[in-house]
Amino acid sequence: MTESGIIERFKTGLWRENPGLVQLLGLCPLLAVTSSFVNGLGLGIATLAVLVASNALVSATRRWIRPEIRIPIYVLIIASLVTCIELIFKAWFPALDRSLGIFIPLIVTNCAIVARAEVFASRNPVSSSMLDGLVMGAGFALLLMAIGIFRELVGQGTVLSNMHMLLGGEPMRGLVLTDGGWLLAILPPGAFFSLALAIAAKNMIDRRRRENRQSAMPDRARRASK
Amino acid sequence: MKDVAIIKSGVTLALIAAICTALVAVTYQLTETRIAANEQAWLERSLQPALSGLFFDSGVSDSKLIVQPPHELPGTEAAIIYRVYAQDAPVAALFVVSARDGYAGPIRILVGIDINGVVSGIHVLEHRETPGLGDRVESTKSDWVKQFSGRSLIDPKPVGWNIKGDGGQFDQLTGASVTPRAVIKAIRETLLYFDTYKEEIFAEASTGSVEEEEQE
Repeated sequence: MTESGIIERFKTGLWRENPGLVQLLGLCPLLAVTSSFVNGLGLGIATLAVLVASNALVSATRRWIRPEIRIPIYVLIIASLVTCIELIFKAWFPALDRSLGIFIPLIVTNCAIVARAEVFASRNPVSSSMLDGLVMGAGFALLLMAIGIFRELVGQGTVLSNMHMLLGGEPMRGLVLTDGGWLLAILPPGAFFSLALAIAAKNMIDRRRRENRQSAMPDRARRASK
Repeated sequence: MKDVAIIKSGVTLALIAAICTALVAVTYQLTETRIAANEQAWLERSLQPALSGLFFDSGVSDSKLIVQPPHELPGTEAAIIYRVYAQDAPVAALFVVSARDGYAGPIRILVGIDINGVVSGIHVLEHRETPGLGDRVESTKSDWVKQFSGRSLIDPKPVGWNIKGDGGQFDQLTGASVTPRAVIKAIRETLLYFDTYKEEIFAEASTGSVEEEEQE
């Protein structure tokens, strides 16, 4: 695949078809764990890993799987990959595993994963499918991180607290800006508000761009006609 | 022809299932020891707050005692007691109990009580209290639980084991009185239990589920 092709794919995954922002898939974990940056990052990494691996396996086995049994096979593959990821988290990031709790096993139910298996990996070669898993996973993870950092800042007045859960070592308080914050942001309603703000921001940026392009277009047309 | 298709599908499914199971089994093998070590380390670390200032030479988590419900300790589920010794003489008992009347479900608390009935440390292990309000009973969020260290049923008397708003001697948390009330009640009940059954607790053999004789 060409370099520009890969860049296009990243643009698709991170922006144009972002699983969280545009496709609105996997909202349950997205809303539940994003109360802090480290939680968002942790679940983002776990989801990304599952997505890449499941896309690879689904794509690798696509030739000898009959269409009528493909869904149970996706479920099998995704469920066992998630179990592996959960074990790996328990072994290497126990604090993060405790903090994310049930949401690691619940990655199984993240429809973004089964959607990519069905829509993309079952029809494309392994390398292309893995790239798709990577860009879609990255889009999801970045959204989790963005909402996590926002909610943590507003709700708790800290930036990057508890990073030791991922990096190990001594407990880290992160950058403490204020003592306590606007509580609503870390409560469940705050998750909905934050996601709404993120979607609104994306739509606004898209509209600005479109308007710029349209206002630039007549200019170009005039210039061309001269 | 239909049958052949079904058999093919079945075989494919079985094959994929076998591969997936193998994948999980291998991962389990690779992570098993690390996970066990993590669990043990987490247990030891979570017991630490209740052990401060105590001198002991026994492996704390080895002296586990499970008290099956019904029991007189707080909580409806099984309570756990870890006994701490120094040269085979009892030093303290650590209780893992549940405060039933938290704002959002039970609050799992570690209560350390030394042999004289004095609280050696309190630590909230698990809860679902409101972030920013009730969750300040966690030692990482505020110093609230520290006020109990060094107190006992003599200081203050059992009636004083209450939040100030209820005529007791202990501080509450701004915006949250249900959580502190539940925690203090659980500590008081644990202290009373320890006072009554001190001898039995240390006489009991380790591990396993011990149905307490006094329950009969």
